[in-house]
Amino acid sequence: MDIDPITLAVLAGRMEQIADEMDATLFRQAFNPIIAEAHDASHGLYHPRTGETLVQGKSGLPIFVGVMAFAVKAVIDRADGDLNDGDVWAFNDAHLGGTHLSDMRLVRPYFHDGKVFCYLASVGHWHDMGGAVPGNYNPQATEVFQEAFVLPPVRLVRGGELQQDIVDIMLRNTRLPASAKGDLNGQLNALDLGVGRLDALLAEYGADTVRAALDALSGRAEALACAEIAELPDGRWEAEDFLDNDGITDTPLPIRVALEVRGDRLSLDFAGSAPATAGPVNISRGTAIACVYVAIKHIFPALPANAGVLRPIDVSIPDKSLLSAEFPAPTGGYTETILRMIDVIFAAIGKAAPERAIANAYGTINALSIAGHRADGQRWVMFSFFGGGHGGNPETDGLNHGNAPISTATIPPVEILEAAYPIAFRQWALRPDSAGAGEHRGGLGAVYEIELLEASARAFLFGERGRFAPKGVAGGAQAALTRFAFGGPDRWDTPPMVSKMVDIPLKRGERVRLQTPGGGGYGPPDEREPARVARDVALGYLSAHRADAIYGTAWREVNP
Amino acid sequence: MSRLMIGVDVGGTFTDVFILDEASGQARIAKVPTTRPDQSGGFLAGLTADGDALSDMATVVHGTTAGTNALLERRGGPMGVITTAGFGDVLEMRRRDRPRTWGLRGEFEPVVPRNMRLEVAERVLADGTVETPVDIDAVRAAGRRLLEAGARAVAVLFVNAYANPANENAAVAALRAVWPNDHVAASSEILPEIREFERFSTTALNSYLQPEVSGYLARLETALEQGGFGGEFLIVQSNGGVMDPPTARRLPIRTALSGPAAGVIAAAHIARQSGHPNVITGDMGGTSFDVALIDNGDSVLAAQTSIDFGMVVRTPMIEIATIGAGGGSIAWVDKGGLLNIGPESAGSDPGPVAYGRGNDRPTVTDANIVLGRINPARPIGGGTLHVEAARTAIDTHVGAPLGLGTDEAAEAIIRVANSRMAGAVRLVSIERGFEPRRFTFMPFGGGGALHAGALISEVGLSSALVPRYPGVTSAMGCVIADMRQDYVQTVNMPTSAADVGQLAELIADHHRRGEKFLADAQVTFSGRDTIVELDMAYVGQTHTVAVPLPVAIADGTVVPFDHGAIESAFEAAYRRVYGRLLPGGVTRILNLRTAVIGRRPRIDLATLAPDAIGTSADARRGTRPVHFGRWLDAAIYDRLALPVGATVEGPAVLEQPDTTILIEPGLVGTVDRFGNVIIEREAP
Repeated sequence: MDIDPITLAVLAGRMEQIADEMDATLFRQAFNPIIAEAHDASHGLYHPRTGETLVQGKSGLPIFVGVMAFAVKAVIDRADGDLNDGDVWAFNDAHLGGTHLSDMRLVRPYFHDGKVFCYLASVGHWHDMGGAVPGNYNPQATEVFQEAFVLPPVRLVRGGELQQDIVDIMLRNTRLPASAKGDLNGQLNALDLGVGRLDALLAEYGADTVRAALDALSGRAEALACAEIAELPDGRWEAEDFLDNDGITDTPLPIRVALEVRGDRLSLDFAGSAPATAGPVNISRGTAIACVYVAIKHIFPALPANAGVLRPIDVSIPDKSLLSAEFPAPTGGYTETILRMIDVIFAAIGKAAPERAIANAYGTINALSIAGHRADGQRWVMFSFFGGGHGGNPETDGLNHGNAPISTATIPPVEILEAAYPIAFRQWALRPDSAGAGEHRGGLGAVYEIELLEASARAFLFGERGRFAPKGVAGGAQAALTRFAFGGPDRWDTPPMVSKMVDIPLKRGERVRLQTPGGGGYGPPDEREPARVARDVALGYLSAHRADAIYGTAWREVNP
Repeated sequence: MSRLMIGVDVGGTFTDVFILDEASGQARIAKVPTTRPDQSGGFLAGLTADGDALSDMATVVHGTTAGTNALLERRGGPMGVITTAGFGDVLEMRRRDRPRTWGLRGEFEPVVPRNMRLEVAERVLADGTVETPVDIDAVRAAGRRLLEAGARAVAVLFVNAYANPANENAAVAALRAVWPNDHVAASSEILPEIREFERFSTTALNSYLQPEVSGYLARLETALEQGGFGGEFLIVQSNGGVMDPPTARRLPIRTALSGPAAGVIAAAHIARQSGHPNVITGDMGGTSFDVALIDNGDSVLAAQTSIDFGMVVRTPMIEIATIGAGGGSIAWVDKGGLLNIGPESAGSDPGPVAYGRGNDRPTVTDANIVLGRINPARPIGGGTLHVEAARTAIDTHVGAPLGLGTDEAAEAIIRVANSRMAGAVRLVSIERGFEPRRFTFMPFGGGGALHAGALISEVGLSSALVPRYPGVTSAMGCVIADMRQDYVQTVNMPTSAADVGQLAELIADHHRRGEKFLADAQVTFSGRDTIVELDMAYVGQTHTVAVPLPVAIADGTVVPFDHGAIESAFEAAYRRVYGRLLPGGVTRILNLRTAVIGRRPRIDLATLAPDAIGTSADARRGTRPVHFGRWLDAAIYDRLALPVGATVEGPAVLEQPDTTILIEPGLVGTVDRFGNVIIEREAP
């Protein structure tokens, strides 16, 4: 059936609000701060046959915008038609559902008139899923079994009956069962809420109208994507970048892309990227495709969260590469790999259409944890991701100290961390000279220095960009590298693998010092206005001698 | 004897004045143009616009956007910051966020540039231990440097000062001895609460506003005094209470949402008196639609807000949800063929196409004009409207791309705008667990009453209530607002480890300070309250629940309470918010919050009711074609001439100088005994 454009616009807003409300329900009820504060979760409506994304919440983690479809498809395949009203499937298997094992996915078929009308799904990052390392960031894992407990798609709820034996298995396999239980309840409640809201919507508009709206939205998403792509020039451009290593062997790992535009179609071919690795920087094919979605939506922010966007885009991922890893290859560090994929796509766009290009952001989440036992024997684990600079862009300099392009997470306050753990920050500052130079320079990275206040502890770092700096576009320069050191205050050591290390021993008074990259620059540095260079020097973003070396001395004539 | 109580609300376009004569019980309103950037001219013109003498005024209460505008337009400061060594960049690093999820564009300029943020040696640990005493010589030297660099205000921002303010106290004492004005503040004075960015940001923005807001208030006070004003002058805060000028000069950040807060206070009062205690307010301006919920006569407070990206203010304020769908919001069709409203807006200047001031893209107001809902001969603000230009714009930008005729395209714009507004209403009601059927929609501002009927049916609200003077609701709220002061102190310990005697002493201290604040203001109160809340959670949870703690205070002394009282108060609050408790969960107290409130006498809305003993027929002003899916002849009425008890069936349009009320077919409007128009579904 045809749908009039007015009803379509109204229904688009109504359905987006349902997904947003599912997000909000979980954020409020979640026990673990990774969901409650960092919003590492997502909800949406998915196609009854293909699992494709129809509508997704706006407040969840950006990377889930593309990846949830694979989770729903995995359940469709596993169920093979054996689905009942009131079933909820659950799993964390990253090779089937994308991302990593920390993400628990719940998928619920939504029935109308005895048939599946669509799927509702909820994904959330649980605090701990067992495995070798608390919190599941294990840079030395060589199989998923060392990362976490693996749950394949199972029927957690059968016709409305929660299967307690499955819950018992889940809760016996985490170090933090209370947290897991709270998060699971929050996800089930979010799905219940989605069902209630959809019931009301179908009652108000009729199932045929809502179905017609969903079909039309996919078509329009495709049309919008075609229109955006058609504005890019035809041609073929290549870009490459490298991961430092996989945490096991200290060898650089190439990620390559060939971007081709023909009319209103775009193809991205990742041939030439490194083979699957022993260490955990692999990603599944689904994650790779989702990551393309994230990169494209950053370049064209008006595109909706709807699978129609991907129809004019061909993505080619080579078999047996680190972008198409197979079970049981470890995937815990998937964030680093997808950030590098986004970087090469941005670099290729920078060659194709500089006026739309954004230079590379800092390109690593730098997961740092410090763990030990207090004098009374109580165990503590401080765990956080750290920020860096965003890339320069056609309009402005990059943002100082932003969050990663795949995330919207905020960083915990120093005072909350210091109140919770026996540590003191000695520095929490912008990092001068870390930005890539350019007409619009990158944003600055940061310096975090943390001192241990207890007798002893161990630190763990899962980072990147220790050997290959974030790149500029359109003639802009690259930013500074990640620098990590431990010991101090007089003698500092560095990790043999630059950006990854486990079991770093710390004694009372010793420190870790993490310096994160800035963003790459946009446009040639010699086109930067001398007044802006002078201001950067006056504010201490840039040292005078580096300003002279990069931009020349014209800035010295300017009164800032 | 001076008996006038006056509320003055300065908005973007108009300064609204509400005048209540306490002797006669009569109320009047006045409207003058707002002056910019200095609002004091319009303020003073408004006060005397209706011929009143300043010497006859007992009370003048002011709702102001002077602070908000100074923040948005970066007209505060210049100021400096003195902070803990190693932490000079906290204000600029924020909580590592970004302006928009998608696009990775945008940058951030903190209000204090990096070379005006100086570090000194000092350190307090999380448990309150002074690890390094503050280097007072370094503080003095930093103060001198900042003065030489032109700073007119200074904020002292030390890490963990919420846990022990000793170093901050020593630093501000040294600075106050040398600083040439009183714009010196420490973060623990402004907000002794854990989370350094939120505390630093609130304190720095407060200092940033001090020169600007102090100057503004001084101009008003001087002019009032010179005009012979001898009454009390009060300022509305974002929390819906009022404060005296010395407090406003010390805490100007508390005016951040002053104007909108006053509107919600008035709405709550109208709601209570007219027997509709559950209300959702909708203020439709040029660029936005602001929604707030009033449950059983009480507005909801939010703990913090962002004035702009990275400009976080953490102080209790009336919770208002905003979406970018106002009368000036632009309707457009995207490349995928979907009709969108906003966020781009033509605002009030150039405004809608029909204003003829240069905008050629259709707005929501243009659609209302084309459909006959707004009288093109008598628009708000005067002049005449260019209807043909509005039709052409709608044809070009919406009708042609969607294949619709002009009327259908205009109708489409209204329907999509209504659905966006309905989304905002759902956000504050259904999404927060409030059943819409219990609520009445109360539009105020100029545009909301055109969309009231649509919101009733889209969201399932019981009815709509259009106040007698919707255009001056905020000014009226100024006259009604209580006097209120909020205090906070971070506790951050397991409930079982908390020293209840010490908590009681903190409450008593807040109470003493609040009582002094009320006494110093020399205002008449009909009652006083001290309300205590704890922010609590289960250990391991990050989001806290506001737990009202029943505390009795007798003669300034807090009646002792025990841990059991705290735990049962937590359980009651947690159950109300989340439905069920966590068996065996261990609880934690994060913050203690105290509000000290001086209740001010309420005005009787009956004084606003129509006094004409006319009939509905006398108020009838003919008919006009109005489009509701098709063109119908709608009855036109002069709203202010309708008598109490008048009933008007849709389709009808009620006109008054500051708003237009649309009664759609199938709805009926009734004038209640206060002069409010109640819109309901017609009895079947």
